[in-house]
Amino acid sequence: MAWEVVIGLETHAQLSTVSKIFSGASTAFGAAPNTQASAVDLALPGVLPVLNRGAVERAIRFGLAVGATIAPRSIFARKNYFYPDLPKGYQISQYELPVVQGGSLSFMVQPAQGGAYEKTVQLTRAHLEEDAGKSLHEDFEGQSGIDLNRAGTPLLEIVTEPDLRSAEEAVAYAKTLHSLVRWIGICDGNMQEGSFRCDANVSVRPMGSDKLGTRCEIKNLNSFRFMEQAINYEVRRQIALVEDGGKVVQETRLYDPDRDETRAMRSKEDAMDYRYFPDPDLLPLEISTDWIDEIRADVDSNGLPWKVASEYVSRYEMAPSVASELTGTREKSLFFEKACIRNTDTDFPIALMSDLVFVRRVANWVVGEVSRKLNEDGGEQWPFWISSQTLGRLVLREHEGIIATKTAKELFNEFWDADRATGSCRPPDEVDAVIEKRGLKQISDTGEIEKIVDQVLAANAAQIADYKAGKDKAFNSLVGQVMKATKGKANPAQVNALLKRKLG
Amino acid sequence: MADLAHASVAELGRLLEAGQVSALELADLFLGRIEAQRDLNAFLDVRPEVTRAQARAADARRAAGERGALLGVPLAHKDIFVTKDWASTAASRMLEGYMSPFDAAVVENLAQAGMVCLGKLNCDEFAMGSSNENSAYGNVLNPWDKDAVPGGSSGGSSAAVAARIAPVATATDTGGSIREPAAFTGITGTKPTYGRPSRWGMIAFASSLDTAGLMTQTAEDCALVFNAMLGYDARDSTSVYRPREDYTRGLNAPLQGLRIGVPKEFFGAGLAPDVEKAVREALKDYEKLGARLVDISLPNAELGIPVYYVVAPAECSSNLSRFDGVRYGHRAKDYTDLIDMMKKSRAEGLGAEPKRRILIGAYVLSHGYYDAYYLKAQKVRRIIADEFQQAFKQCDVIAGPVTTSVAFGFGEKAADPLAMYLADLYTVPGSLAGIPSMSIPCGFGARGRPVGLQLMANYFEEAKMLGVAHQYQLATDWHRRVPGGA
Amino acid sequence: MALSKDDVARIAHLARIEITPEQAAETLAQLNDIFGMIEKMQRVPTDGIEPMSHPLGGSQRLREDAVAVTEADDRERNLRNAPEQNGGLFLVPRVVE
Repeated sequence: MAWEVVIGLETHAQLSTVSKIFSGASTAFGAAPNTQASAVDLALPGVLPVLNRGAVERAIRFGLAVGATIAPRSIFARKNYFYPDLPKGYQISQYELPVVQGGSLSFMVQPAQGGAYEKTVQLTRAHLEEDAGKSLHEDFEGQSGIDLNRAGTPLLEIVTEPDLRSAEEAVAYAKTLHSLVRWIGICDGNMQEGSFRCDANVSVRPMGSDKLGTRCEIKNLNSFRFMEQAINYEVRRQIALVEDGGKVVQETRLYDPDRDETRAMRSKEDAMDYRYFPDPDLLPLEISTDWIDEIRADVDSNGLPWKVASEYVSRYEMAPSVASELTGTREKSLFFEKACIRNTDTDFPIALMSDLVFVRRVANWVVGEVSRKLNEDGGEQWPFWISSQTLGRLVLREHEGIIATKTAKELFNEFWDADRATGSCRPPDEVDAVIEKRGLKQISDTGEIEKIVDQVLAANAAQIADYKAGKDKAFNSLVGQVMKATKGKANPAQVNALLKRKLG
Repeated sequence: MADLAHASVAELGRLLEAGQVSALELADLFLGRIEAQRDLNAFLDVRPEVTRAQARAADARRAAGERGALLGVPLAHKDIFVTKDWASTAASRMLEGYMSPFDAAVVENLAQAGMVCLGKLNCDEFAMGSSNENSAYGNVLNPWDKDAVPGGSSGGSSAAVAARIAPVATATDTGGSIREPAAFTGITGTKPTYGRPSRWGMIAFASSLDTAGLMTQTAEDCALVFNAMLGYDARDSTSVYRPREDYTRGLNAPLQGLRIGVPKEFFGAGLAPDVEKAVREALKDYEKLGARLVDISLPNAELGIPVYYVVAPAECSSNLSRFDGVRYGHRAKDYTDLIDMMKKSRAEGLGAEPKRRILIGAYVLSHGYYDAYYLKAQKVRRIIADEFQQAFKQCDVIAGPVTTSVAFGFGEKAADPLAMYLADLYTVPGSLAGIPSMSIPCGFGARGRPVGLQLMANYFEEAKMLGVAHQYQLATDWHRRVPGGA
Repeated sequence: MALSKDDVARIAHLARIEITPEQAAETLAQLNDIFGMIEKMQRVPTDGIEPMSHPLGGSQRLREDAVAVTEADDRERNLRNAPEQNGGLFLVPRVVE
């Protein structure tokens, strides 16, 4: 029996407003318990909600970025249930009429087997709602401590149609969505802090069937790795269950990464009757076409990651995978652009700003060395400890052959670490100053190198013979000797070329 | 000091202005009267020293040169409005001793005008009831007849003003909770347009219906206090964005040519003859004053009760969910786990009527019933509201009875919730539409118990409505009658 | 629409109110009376009528995104009515996932 996997993802993105969706308390992460919970957040008797413009603006921005319809009129509804981290005994959300309707997201999927392909996922909707507080279980014997700092933080819940067909597709979608919400500036995407949480609805059905199987919801997947593992486990579990003659029970499950398995949650949330009705404390949200046009202009001017990547590919003949990585965050793509195509360093040769080879070289540096350093420091959100202009200068000198790649990389690492320690990035002129001071210049004078190559060849007849007999290692040894003789400063490309020419 | 005790807010304001009495003297006078009429059980929390401090502050403000018609005038607040300096219980065990960290907007506004708070007034628990028999802290007595209910839910507010132990009291009206007790106790009770007063700090019962208002001795007093009390509040999303107005501006409008719509459905079989008689007398008085009676029809007004008893419970079932014993309020002493803690805390803290309405509300919102009940009720609500708009094309104000009978005795309806609900027949339609309405005393009925005349006007026409009431009060003296012993 | 005992038990659980069998029986009778009265409303034709959620209509006002420091940080004042607390946290019986 061949099985088809059907997955829909629901993502809760915490919106990056400074205050809560319905109150003026701060949304900053990490405050002492209940110091960012106002009377409204605590649901004290007599309080009322007032809607945060910044939350609505971010929802509109998202809707425009995914080509969705922005509802001219949408309604807030109460989702009623009891839980200690839900102060009002209901969550203000949106039910029948959400603010964003439809939309789609396209992305590349690179499966374990087979070639990369493009996938498009339809979005059902995205709606605004408030986050709940937190329960802490550690320090209290038989009790839990409730912290309501998070209660009232604005969330955008983004729901896909059940279009995904594998864990890989789900992760690719989630990563694309994650990079998009950061790119358009609506969410900081910090998964460790809970800013971006995914629930996966997973079901299986016989291949060729068009009826949906019973689905299970896996909640609170807060890393891409766990998402992939959890979905794969759940798929295996459901297939095994059904092949054994059993039936999948619709339930909510949690993923346990230590055991690599999903298990059913104890609370019977699937039997919950939420008794949705329009919140009488809030009036219908009306969004004017003027406001949408204003935001649309802003979204367009900042571009969208896949559009910018596409431009890099067409204009600079960049490899799609490099372009995609470069547009992983808006910061990276801006950094890249300021290091080459929009470099404002007055000492930078204008002609190079549109030199495709140079541009691609800078791109490789950004997705290579720069990304590596960022990840070492902690991730993509961490600061760049080199300025785009300084990197531009460094890569320029490498490009010109003034310093070897190896030297460039060493300098890059040194600058990054030192400037992170002092907290201030050095200017581009420093690159040349250091090259000069330490005599790091490559020897690129063909005449000079040729002299040394001739010397080495003269002194290594045996190696020449080996090479001519087919031993490639001998060639490398000759290269090594030239490099040694020049104290590593010979331009390796030229050494190679000269040796090849002379050896025939 | 009998004169001062029976003085209206307008009169007290003038006396304070003229320096003939101080705020502190008035505070002491009314604190003494409250104490002397403790048997009414109108007050839940009185803190004399806090009141006196407010009075001294008002006197100091006047001494510093400040002027104001309400500066130093005493008032009392229904215990639905939260206050920093008195407990806020909503007459429930659930909130026994609860001290709010903030004041309600209505409380703030009136304090800013310099009014001096005498304390918090008893009411039906969470504003649910029509007789003040649902308070966790005991019944309130009708000052006109202590075997009779004062009405509800604002029974403490109406009894206090009727007995003149407070010259004015704030109150709230969701389905009739100002108008009905005002009628039962022979005073003026006014509910403005929904959204005109802020709901910030009003413990919520039914959010789309709850409206703050006043119990006063006269329509003129109501206008004076409305000037300070009503206004846009950014903290309340349903607060109407409209500039403040002078509600006294319509008081002297002559009645000549005024068209008074009389809905025939309000004079059907359910109306007691003694009430009908007093109401029709009042309408004749209006004709003598120059007004013209116009027959109108509100065909679906009688559906107001079933609509109200779907919408209000639905909203309150959700509004009362916050009372779960977690962050404030009553928590049970013994329980087995979290769910048990919540269930027991709510069972112990909430009275029978709130529980009943929560259950009705949870049911009408539950899966599979929402369309047939809640959605249906909201549609019929619009039909009722539209009928008022049609009516106002033919008349300037609408008049009729407030209640089907005079005040009933304790226990007469308490055992039968449905009978109690049906008493709201004439008040609920106006609540559903959100239009301003009021009750003014117009006589007495069976057993010497007061009768009220209901006036209703279109949205934002409070000034006109108060003027229509004021002209009647210039020509009659029902509003000056005070029960014996008061 | 007549309610059953099971309905009462179900909604009492939904509403987190503990109710004894005697209370449930009494409540059931009262609720059925009330629902009998409510039925009148259900017979009114309402095709094409917009439900009325807010008497005066209107649309939601938006608040500027800014932190209002007024009472947000006043944890001591906001928590003083707490039945049980420790270290600034509200304490409840253990929450089980």
